Amino acid sequence: MNDSFLLTILILSPLLGIVLLSIMPGDHRFINYMGVLGTVLPLGLTLIVFSLFDRSLSGVQFKEYHQWFELMTSISPNEPYTVAYDLGVTGLSVLFLMLASLITFLASLTALRIKESAKGFYILFLLLEVGILGVFASENLFLFFLFFEITLVSMFLLVGKWGGFNREKAAFSFLIYNGIGSILLLIVIIVLFVEMRTTNITELTMLLKDTDSLEFLSGSTRTWLFVLLLIAFGIKLPIVPFHTWMVRVHVEAPIAVVMIHAGVLLKIGAYGLIRFGVGFFPEQLKEMAVALAILGVINLLYGAFIALVQTELRSVLAYSSISHMGIVLLGVASFNTAGLQGAVFQTISHGLIAALLFLLVGVLINRFQTTKLEELGGVASQTPLFAGFLLAAGLASLGLPGMSGFISEFLAFLGLFEAMPVIGAVGVLGLILTAVYMLRAVLAVTFGERRTLFDNNRDLTAVELVPSAILLSIIIWIGVYPQVLSNTLQLARTLGIGG
Amino acid sequence: MDMDTLLQYQWNSMMPEFTILLTAVALSLIDLFMNKKKDRSLLIWLALAGIAAAIVFLFLQFDDGVVSILNETYRLDSFAKAFKFLMLIGTGFVLLLGVPDESTSVRGEYIYLILTALLGGMMMASSADLITLFVGLELLSLSSYVLVGIRKNNTLANEAAFKYVVNGGIATAITLFGMSYLYGLTGETNIYEIQGLMGSDVVTDNRFLAVFAFLMIVVGLSFKITAAPFHMWAPDVYQGAETPVTAFLSVVSKIAGFAIMLRLLMVPFVFAPGTREVITPDGVNYETLLVSVRPYLVLIAVLTILIGNVIALRQLNAKRLFAYSSIAHAGYLLVPLAALSELVFDAVWFYLTAYLLMNIGAFAVIHVMSAEEEVTVASFAGLFKRSPYLTIAMSIYLLSLAGIPLTAGFIGKFEIFMSALGTEPKRYLLVTAMLMGTVLSYVYYFGFFVQMYFRPSKHQTPVTISNGVTAVLAITVAGTVLLGIFPSVALTFIHDHFQFLEIFNQ
Repeated sequence: MNDSFLLTILILSPLLGIVLLSIMPGDHRFINYMGVLGTVLPLGLTLIVFSLFDRSLSGVQFKEYHQWFELMTSISPNEPYTVAYDLGVTGLSVLFLMLASLITFLASLTALRIKESAKGFYILFLLLEVGILGVFASENLFLFFLFFEITLVSMFLLVGKWGGFNREKAAFSFLIYNGIGSILLLIVIIVLFVEMRTTNITELTMLLKDTDSLEFLSGSTRTWLFVLLLIAFGIKLPIVPFHTWMVRVHVEAPIAVVMIHAGVLLKIGAYGLIRFGVGFFPEQLKEMAVALAILGVINLLYGAFIALVQTELRSVLAYSSISHMGIVLLGVASFNTAGLQGAVFQTISHGLIAALLFLLVGVLINRFQTTKLEELGGVASQTPLFAGFLLAAGLASLGLPGMSGFISEFLAFLGLFEAMPVIGAVGVLGLILTAVYMLRAVLAVTFGERRTLFDNNRDLTAVELVPSAILLSIIIWIGVYPQVLSNTLQLARTLGIGG
Repeated sequence: MDMDTLLQYQWNSMMPEFTILLTAVALSLIDLFMNKKKDRSLLIWLALAGIAAAIVFLFLQFDDGVVSILNETYRLDSFAKAFKFLMLIGTGFVLLLGVPDESTSVRGEYIYLILTALLGGMMMASSADLITLFVGLELLSLSSYVLVGIRKNNTLANEAAFKYVVNGGIATAITLFGMSYLYGLTGETNIYEIQGLMGSDVVTDNRFLAVFAFLMIVVGLSFKITAAPFHMWAPDVYQGAETPVTAFLSVVSKIAGFAIMLRLLMVPFVFAPGTREVITPDGVNYETLLVSVRPYLVLIAVLTILIGNVIALRQLNAKRLFAYSSIAHAGYLLVPLAALSELVFDAVWFYLTAYLLMNIGAFAVIHVMSAEEEVTVASFAGLFKRSPYLTIAMSIYLLSLAGIPLTAGFIGKFEIFMSALGTEPKRYLLVTAMLMGTVLSYVYYFGFFVQMYFRPSKHQTPVTISNGVTAVLAITVAGTVLLGIFPSVALTFIHDHFQFLEIFNQ
């Protein structure tokens, strides 16, 4: 049953950093560096998992199974409900693991600037990483939920303590929305558990496909379970109208946390939707495909239009995230290989691009203490490297061919046009808008007249340059050689859909 | 009854009760003859020794079958043992909280009244007759009334005690009124006799009276477990009483309330006919009473959850907030009962265990803080800077109360959700109420996090913690986390030692 303990070690590896940090005195000179080191170990282990992952095999790898506890009822003590500790990765989750530990590492570098109670910050930061890695490595819904809640608590504290002016409000908004999402998820998990008597994801996917299972879970029950799942992950993704919390967090949270939030945490929504929504309830998804596609177009256009009128760079990027997540929905709704692959590509690619953009926003805040577009302008003349990276990130975001954004959007729309050409045609409008708002924002920062004189206009330092360069090169790499994702993904095998 | 019959009884099955009774009597005598100026903390340690002895005796009985003595009025079954175990542990914690340090002192009567209250609770868990049951209930209630008002010169305490007595009196009257109908219908006070007679023609003809009796008993007993409609006393009484007494009321007294409620609602009424006619293969029949009254139980549970959680949102005083929080938890605990789930005993027992650990812990923290001032939510500001370990302990209790994984509270809540979703038809109303309640509770539980971690403090000095409280904190934190990570410890313990279904057997 147990291939190796690699995944357990991976998930628990940030704990080493937490332990070392907690025994260090709080005012130690190297406390921030210790925090960064704490994220290196998980990154290394993920690289090992990523390279050992056998791309020629189908199914779950690095399986671990231990019985955790049993719930027995007094009336039928011989048929206990078994809850298991159950890890494993598929092609889909191994990509997300890679994304998660890479971005966490890069984000930890930008957090080097944090001065106020850095010890607490890094401890929570590493705890957040435990949660994120656990979410993607769980082969079991119960465990998935457990790690999901760990991210909830640590994010609440990170946003509320180290955030901007309205941090407490943002933290509560995050907590309530995600709390609702997580409890809806819990209800879906429990219904599946009491009816199918397992929470193992692969087993559930197989069992639910079997027509015999209709006896336990009727079509109508499945429909509302799917709707609950859609709301639960829709809050996380986010789907308009559940997006207000996410904009608040984007604007208020410290930059390192926003990088993780936009780069990885929101992607849990897409991951869950693809892994559980598509995996468990394909029939229901097909029935609701049109509704889902319309939601996707609304996301895409709403996000784009609002981004167009924002006067502050963080808000532009927040709404841009909403807009881009619309494309994920469109890909899922098209429900064919191209579309689903596009959805996964878009999720990964946007994770990288959002992380890069927010990294650069962090530089902006550090140098100029403002992200208001009207106060910025003409920074290209003094900080050419920064301006170059910002422009490149913007171009990646609007889907320039040769970068990861293009291939993802291309695939998603390819799938969509095949399934629903009309909605596809409306959706393409959004892509044009993306170009408009992205260039407007980026150009307002880099070119034009200098509005304000800033004392500190140092260009990218090494600590900023290296992560930016790493992210940008991966973005370009995926753009020119998308097989790097699709080889690992093996989507048809992972989800077991035809085509 | 002659001497021989008396001697035939297996008196050893009452050993835990005798131990507590003897300890209480001995303590009251020692208190009487002890020098007035002398410190009473010795009495606490004696009381704790008594409780430890009672737990040992209880453990020795664990694997005995059902024993019933005194003309079947007293009954020792798994159900009774499981609840007595929790009550003994809970009272032990409460006594530890009361251990005085240099600056405070303790009254002798406080200690032995806690023990008599515990004795009442234990009798409630073990009685199989309406009369003994009522005697136990009154012993617990009367002791608690005095405990609440024990600070004679405190206005809040006086108000609290008075409210408690009046409300308690009304609730008791209603319970008795319901019981009188049971007696009237069957002519018996033994609840197992009543169970047998409930199928008779007299009862079937007067089945609405049985329903009435049931509802009266529910309403009356909802007082002890702070469920709606009898929850109003809780905030005032919790605020007015000394914190260890509050902890006692919110945990031990509530456990006793659930013990009596489960036994008195499940056992006599299990075969009683309900109001609606159903067609069975053997002709027209009546559905069982428990099914007929289920909507009312659901209503009570939903109301309790919502009232507790919604009003808790606006509370500034920490004890009042925890009063409403404990009302909400009573609502969660009613869910398996209202769902008529087969998990009812397991789920309630496990959740009560978790609740005992996390709530006693939270009250221990409040107790520590109340040394300085009236404890409000804002008094927690900057606690992390002052006393990091205390803050981490409080965080664990709060996470557990909010039902976050890796804590006992989550497993408990998970089991309750299972109980509501695992029965056919699924109880969506109950689940929705719990869902809303849980999300609402995030707001006020995490409100403490905002204070403890984000806000600056008015004081800089660390909080002083007595040794007794330190012990309570250590054990409850360990228990909360342990049951969250290895719930099988408790779950297999239940199954190795308790056969809850014994409760129904004659």
